[in-house]
Amino acid sequence: MSSIGTGYDLSASQFSPDGRVFQVEYAQKAVENSGTAVGLRGKDGVAFAVEKLVTSKLYEPGANKRIFHVGSHVGMAVAGLLADARQVVEIARTEAANYRSDYGNDIPVKHLTNRVAMYMHAYTLYSAVRPFGCSAMLGSYDPHSGPQLFMIDPSGVNYLSWVGEATNGKHEMVPEPMFREAEMYAKNALRESDSEGEM
Amino acid sequence: MSLKIHHPVGDVASGDGKQAYFSPYMDNGGSTVAIAGEDYVIIATDTRLSAGFQILSREQPKLFRLTKSTVLGCSGCWCDILTLTRLIEARIKMYNHEHRKQMSTGAIAQLLTTMLYQRRFFPYYVSNVLVGFDEEGKGITYSYDPVGHCSKSTFVASGSSGALLQPLLDNQVGLKNLEGVQPVPVSKEKALTLIKDTFVSAAERDIYTGDGILVNIISKDGIVEQTIPLRHD
Amino acid sequence: MEAPMELLRQSINPSFTMNAPDIMPLPSFPAFATDFKSRTMNPITTGTSVVALKFDGGVMMAADTLGSYGSLARFPNIERLLRVNDSTIIGASGDYADYQYLRDIIEQKVIDEACQDDGFGIKPKNLHCWLTRVMYNRRSKFNPLWNIYVVAGLQDGVPYLGYVDKIGTSFEAPQVVSGLGGYLALPLLRDAVEKKPKMNQQEARAAIGDAMRLLFYRDCQAFHKYHLGVITKDGAKIEGPFEVDVNWDLGYHIHGY
Repeated sequence: MSSIGTGYDLSASQFSPDGRVFQVEYAQKAVENSGTAVGLRGKDGVAFAVEKLVTSKLYEPGANKRIFHVGSHVGMAVAGLLADARQVVEIARTEAANYRSDYGNDIPVKHLTNRVAMYMHAYTLYSAVRPFGCSAMLGSYDPHSGPQLFMIDPSGVNYLSWVGEATNGKHEMVPEPMFREAEMYAKNALRESDSEGEM
Repeated sequence: MSLKIHHPVGDVASGDGKQAYFSPYMDNGGSTVAIAGEDYVIIATDTRLSAGFQILSREQPKLFRLTKSTVLGCSGCWCDILTLTRLIEARIKMYNHEHRKQMSTGAIAQLLTTMLYQRRFFPYYVSNVLVGFDEEGKGITYSYDPVGHCSKSTFVASGSSGALLQPLLDNQVGLKNLEGVQPVPVSKEKALTLIKDTFVSAAERDIYTGDGILVNIISKDGIVEQTIPLRHD
Repeated sequence: MEAPMELLRQSINPSFTMNAPDIMPLPSFPAFATDFKSRTMNPITTGTSVVALKFDGGVMMAADTLGSYGSLARFPNIERLLRVNDSTIIGASGDYADYQYLRDIIEQKVIDEACQDDGFGIKPKNLHCWLTRVMYNRRSKFNPLWNIYVVAGLQDGVPYLGYVDKIGTSFEAPQVVSGLGGYLALPLLRDAVEKKPKMNQQEARAAIGDAMRLLFYRDCQAFHKYHLGVITKDGAKIEGPFEVDVNWDLGYHIHGY
């Protein structure tokens, strides 16, 4: 990073003169430092894979999982600080449960992503808090909307995607050519399902 | 005796017709008899669970082993029994963890009094009989009213047939209203047959007692359990 | 807790003793006055009996499809059985709104449990225990859930059948029938089991069918359509609605009305 702080990186509630919020960028760095998480949307479902970095022999198999259930219709894969990510997962579960109790249906993943993103965004606005050091991908399948994949980064930005790759290509686990290939497959799959839909 | 007291839903005449009302209590019946001797104590309950003219269950144990030598027998409002026994079991577990020793019968007796009185103005509707051993190792029974009054004795009957059976025990165990009898301590065997007989008699007259007897014979060597069938009517 | 305390203070009989000849004089609650906060003191839309029994290798439960509004047969096609998971089904008598409220909570519990992803689910015994606490706690706040729940399932491969009512009275039994069916259908089931202690599934279906027919004949709030829940090692299934086969020919022989 070119300008290292220069005093503008002490709070999430302060811009630097060139219009950046360093605390958020640092949070994104935390994501890049972590093991890769990929999500791929096919025509009949969404698949997640996460790189498993075993940092201690003391961990039991199955420790530090990074793919989670959020209700019965949404899955979530995360990258970044796992402790932060777990809290985000908990938020997603609570939002899903609240929606269910209010409307009696599963929350559409579009709305769920939005709500979680709003929550994460709120943590980039105040000096008393620190942004979440994690990214999250939310995938779901339902008969009405088909397969869907969304992604949220620490700034609270969220977007619909074909291929989620939570470390922004900054990690060698998913090399550039492979990423492109996966993206191509996903887009093809989408095109197929779209044309099926038109018929 | 009107039927309504046995049901959580009853009918109250209120001018124009009847209205259902809610009562938090129900009398689920059940009887407990306990006899204590020099080195033993026996406690027994029937195994019937009733609600009005219904038999909910024919095989519901109503004895609760609190420690290796202390047993609680309950009758009355079954939902209160479930709650009370669960709480007291938890309190005894906490005592074990704190003191690393088994709680004495006397201490449990006092605890039970306190727990019952804490709900003085919304009582646990339970007749309790607690049995175990005193400091000298003699068998002892404690019987309670629903709000925590406690009385110590060596024989007691309580529950739906309590009033029916207590005079029998007074006579046969307490040797009341007898002339020229030697007060001999009751043997374990005699106590056991007496208890069986009391329940057989109770089952003849009391519709809330029947189906079976669950007996716990408590001595230094531990607790021996016994089940005896009663009228299945 | 002001209301119940005041209520009890007024109503407890001074001769409050357990050994009185009157078996056990419960405090009688007089006609409810309007001077305290009253909550659910009567049910609105109600379901009648739930019938259940254990058989060799499983449990079976039935509840008809009627939601009554007093004596009006208001909703003829409701379901009163809930498949909780692979090993548990519950059935509800009493207030249908209270059942729906609790159903939503249970469904969310199941989702939460699945999110844990630890391979454990709610077993019938756990659910029965939890329901008992919920019912007791609500009655203690004088705000009961006006239901009887029957919990059926397989607990580690062994048939489990439990009952809990609106004040938290809770027990396990080989046959359970809630509501008016406790007087009408339960003796029938007990008799069937006494004659054939190790029933197979077919025989259990027949016994439940007989019970539902009897209830339809005799219980004014019963209905001729019912769901049947069956839990075996192959999982939990809710089947139906089935029709009760009835025969009213007897009516033609009755004269004089």
